Amino acid sequence: MNIRYFAWLREHTGVSSETLTYDPRWTSVADLVADLKTKSDGHAKALADMTLVRIAINYDYVDIDHKLSDGDEVAFFPPVTGG
Amino acid sequence: MTVIVTEDDFDLSDLYAKLRTPDLPPSPGAVTVFVGLVREMNNDRPITSMTLEHYPGMTEKKLEAIRDQAMHRWPLTGVIIVHRVGKLGPNDQIVAVGAASAHRQASFDAANFIMDFLKTEAPFWKSENTSDGANWVSARETDNKAKRRW
Repeated sequence: MNIRYFAWLREHTGVSSETLTYDPRWTSVADLVADLKTKSDGHAKALADMTLVRIAINYDYVDIDHKLSDGDEVAFFPPVTGG
Repeated sequence: MTVIVTEDDFDLSDLYAKLRTPDLPPSPGAVTVFVGLVREMNNDRPITSMTLEHYPGMTEKKLEAIRDQAMHRWPLTGVIIVHRVGKLGPNDQIVAVGAASAHRQASFDAANFIMDFLKTEAPFWKSENTSDGANWVSARETDNKAKRRW
């Protein structure tokens, strides 16, 4: 699966995207986040407070308890500030 | 019914000319165009430049969905959304939203609606560069409030 990071989450993790092998134990985004936080200090910092983070799966906004499927593109980013 | 995400600047007279020519009948009787600019100051600090990042793919999908919602809600003859990304300077144009309709209220309301949803749903992020360094702009609760009135 493809994981994307934007804005300050990208700066903290040090990557704009990374590819992960789907783990069937991940029943929701929250499980994925728990594993991502162990990847580096930067990942832990980026994902420390998920109330500050918005999540999209395949370009649609979802909550942290949304279920995951193999092949999903999961994006983590701050609340948007365009316009 | 144009949605454009681009690094390039835009010319308002081109956008207006497109809106005067209807994509859907009847011929328009009213055109509203909103333009957002880079402020020269934020919280009393001068902004030297601004960098706009976005999520290619999702941005276009969200903007098209917002445009479609507006077209479903008001009898519009044309809609244009142009949003710039990359590095911009003070007073540069960031965004243009235009809506044309037979009557003014629909065109005013649709442009307002599109901006309120764009501000809260389209995945763009602004980083402001000041003499103190670069800062990610925080989302504003007033923008969420503006969206809820619809």
